[in-house]
Amino acid sequence: MHRFAKPSVFLKLTDPLLPWLAGATAILIATGLYFALFASPLDYQQGDTVRIMYLHVPAAWMGLFCYVGMAICGAMSLIWKHPLADICARATAPIGATFTALCLITGSLWGEPMWGTWWVWDARLTSMLILLFLYLGYIALVNAFDDPERGSKAGSALALVGAINVPIVKFSVDWWNTLHQPASIVRMDGPSVDPSMQLPLALMILGFTCYYFVLLILRVRLELNERRIRALQLSGMFDERSDQEAEKANSYDAGHNAEASQ
Amino acid sequence: MSEFFSMGGYGSYIWGSYAITAIAMIALLLATLRSLRNSRIERDQLETVLQARRPRRTKKAPKAS
Repeated sequence: MHRFAKPSVFLKLTDPLLPWLAGATAILIATGLYFALFASPLDYQQGDTVRIMYLHVPAAWMGLFCYVGMAICGAMSLIWKHPLADICARATAPIGATFTALCLITGSLWGEPMWGTWWVWDARLTSMLILLFLYLGYIALVNAFDDPERGSKAGSALALVGAINVPIVKFSVDWWNTLHQPASIVRMDGPSVDPSMQLPLALMILGFTCYYFVLLILRVRLELNERRIRALQLSGMFDERSDQEAEKANSYDAGHNAEASQ
Repeated sequence: MSEFFSMGGYGSYIWGSYAITAIAMIALLLATLRSLRNSRIERDQLETVLQARRPRRTKKAPKAS
């Protein structure tokens, strides 16, 4: 079963990719920051605070993107028992949780000057907070079992059930009256954001996505190493047992059998 | 220049957002790199320890059987 998760196969596929992805991340975020902070216009209502959008929207996008990826990996891990799918889901969770938390924090820092409040319990904000709790619940759950396979089963089930929250986040601004503004990028009649603001936004979204893939590759490697360590420790314990305790075990068996035969 | 940093009076909110995002993303990257390096070291140590032990065991095994 674990032949799919061969580290050699994964390393061979991702090794040449990693420097390019890392370079793309640096260039995209650097140019994105330049446009976001220097070369983009002020909003006619919000003034300079619109610059928070160039972090808030990409972070929100990554929070949802990572969750969808995690849920798909969870499904693949449940259906086909593909170990690499489970590893990818585990590797994605902390990255998605970080972005979701950043989305909430930057949203708060944007809401205080513009809405006059750090937080309101409206549909968009609440569903995003639930997304963060789903990530944290997943991380806690997959690590709660001694047997990693049981942990991944429980975690995958949670990730799949929680996926219902993703469309709720997306459409919360249409289904309920919220303080949060309605969708302005992914909508039927095209983006309503001014082109001068679309460029830094697109650069930051692409940059954050590349950052995610860099982190994903690194965290999958970390997970592979940890599994290898666990396997080595088990085989090491087996070695020691077979060396030292073989006789003890035999004598125990003999005694037990003798007792049973009485 | 100070006009740029004050961001129309919203400097603390805007620079706060950028600082928190930068800190979180860099910290996640560094933490990942550190545990990756540590896991690599531990794996290599275990592998050399077990490999050193293996030949002794395979010699012993035929005798025992």
